[in-house]
Amino acid sequence: MMQSERVTKICETLEEHVDGTLPVLVEFLRQEVEKAGFDHVVFGLSGGIDSTVVAYLAVAAFGRTRVHPIMMPYKLSSAASVADAKQVAADLDLPLTLIEITPQIDAYFAQQENATPLRMGNKMARERMSIIYDQSALFQALPLGTSNKTELLLGYGTQFGDLASALNPIGDLYKTQIRRLAHLLAVPMSIIEKPPSADLWENQTDEGEFGFTYEEADAILHLLIDQRLHAREVIEQGFNANVVASITRRIRQNQYKRRMPIIAKLSSRTIGVDFRYSRDWGM
Amino acid sequence: MPAHDILRLMMVPQARSLRHALGGHEVKSLRVALGQVRPKLGDLQTNGDKLLQFIDRAVQAEADVIVFPELSLTGYLLRDLTFDVARTLADREVQALVEASAQIDVLFSFVEETENHQFYTSSVYASQGRILHVHRKIYLPTYGLFEEGRHFARGQHIHSFACANHRAGIAICEDAWHPSVPYLLSIAGMDILYIPSAGPGRALSSEPNSGSQQFWERLLRTYAQLFTCFVVFVNRVGFEDGLFFFGHSAIAGPDGELIGMIDSHDEDLQVYALDLSKIRKERHQSPFLRDEDAYLTLRTLERVLEEQS
Repeated sequence: MMQSERVTKICETLEEHVDGTLPVLVEFLRQEVEKAGFDHVVFGLSGGIDSTVVAYLAVAAFGRTRVHPIMMPYKLSSAASVADAKQVAADLDLPLTLIEITPQIDAYFAQQENATPLRMGNKMARERMSIIYDQSALFQALPLGTSNKTELLLGYGTQFGDLASALNPIGDLYKTQIRRLAHLLAVPMSIIEKPPSADLWENQTDEGEFGFTYEEADAILHLLIDQRLHAREVIEQGFNANVVASITRRIRQNQYKRRMPIIAKLSSRTIGVDFRYSRDWGM
Repeated sequence: MPAHDILRLMMVPQARSLRHALGGHEVKSLRVALGQVRPKLGDLQTNGDKLLQFIDRAVQAEADVIVFPELSLTGYLLRDLTFDVARTLADREVQALVEASAQIDVLFSFVEETENHQFYTSSVYASQGRILHVHRKIYLPTYGLFEEGRHFARGQHIHSFACANHRAGIAICEDAWHPSVPYLLSIAGMDILYIPSAGPGRALSSEPNSGSQQFWERLLRTYAQLFTCFVVFVNRVGFEDGLFFFGHSAIAGPDGELIGMIDSHDEDLQVYALDLSKIRKERHQSPFLRDEDAYLTLRTLERVLEEQS
């Protein structure tokens, strides 16, 4: 079978599996937010598919009065994304908080010579998350994460930036599965179909940066992670060896982003090692 | 004691059961309440109060017995909390539920600490204000998302026990995924198999229900038919650290058909009437239990294990 056919087939299966998840995700949001002692939620709304899906899920769980999307554009953010975010808020009848991050970002980088786009992108992601947590106090709302499983595995996110959150309803769904979920939630087609972008610089696309498509990544991740195939076996199935190697490397290199900071173990009860409690313990 | 003597001892109650409980033409009905609760992790007070409320509701609904899920008094993902929530059979929180069995039988589950400080996932069957039976979970899943073997000691006993007009047996969740447990309980005379569970689901599935949920339904029905008994499955609901417990508590009858199911992953209480005379009819029509050669099983097991050692 050609790689493209194989990718299509795997992604179709992945998508089919999403159909039963909606009630579970809605209930997850309700119960986990309530347990934490909150009844409102807050998150960054970029106009991309992930945060839009979270907005739709949040409205399904809490209704429109308890959902607080925050839009935080930088002066170079794409006008189309800003328009999409506004459209989502309007469609869902949500009050949209708009906070420009241009002044503080520019003030900081005015004192940093020759900062790379990567540094700037990471700084913006952390600036936004810092705002979300501050707005969380304002609205008495729990911050929701909007990172999907593909991003988490590939490490395509900023530690303590967009990867931060109190709860993430979509972190166990691959990008192609998020698209299916978006269809089920009746997210506008224009948002589902536009090329995913972290919007770190003009005309940036995730797939352009990866050098492979999300479908390709999801098919390979599914085989490596869920089916526990060795990279060699994935390549034997006809997948591009360079892409498989790149994905395998990314998963390993970014493991640190998926864990809490490690602590030098000195005592017999070290946090995270042998001081082991579920988070629910404190709820 | 030689193994065959143990087996003979185990088989005695069965004969009594058939004669004592299922003979004659009297229709015996047992109203079973499924207490599909969502416990709060580590909070014995809140959970104990909730179980007592459910017991009250079951009494109002004229149930004969109410069954609660695995670790319904403590919650499931306890980890280091195991040390703090463990109670002896004599402790206040346990005795409160035992006392509540003065009105209807109560099957509940908690972390049991023994005199020599072993910690078990235990299910207590209480009736008329006293403990009739304690089952300590034998098979502790320690793989994938499960880490029970890290926190709990392994139960060592499989016994059926006599209730008012039938014999019952208990298998806690993973215990039921080992066919030897219901098999031995069947030989020991079980008419009703209770399976208190904390079964997590995986919502990603090609079917409307998660894979493990479908497996459970098949398992209940198959056991019920093969052992010509009732199987009562009570699974908890709610989330713990993102883990989703799918509920869908259900009862299957000795013909392998579902008698009832709570078709949701919400807290609920439902009462179903079991016609115990069905056991008599099924065991006459499908005499698997009569024809089961437990001694052949025993001899073969001994030989195979001998050869393997």
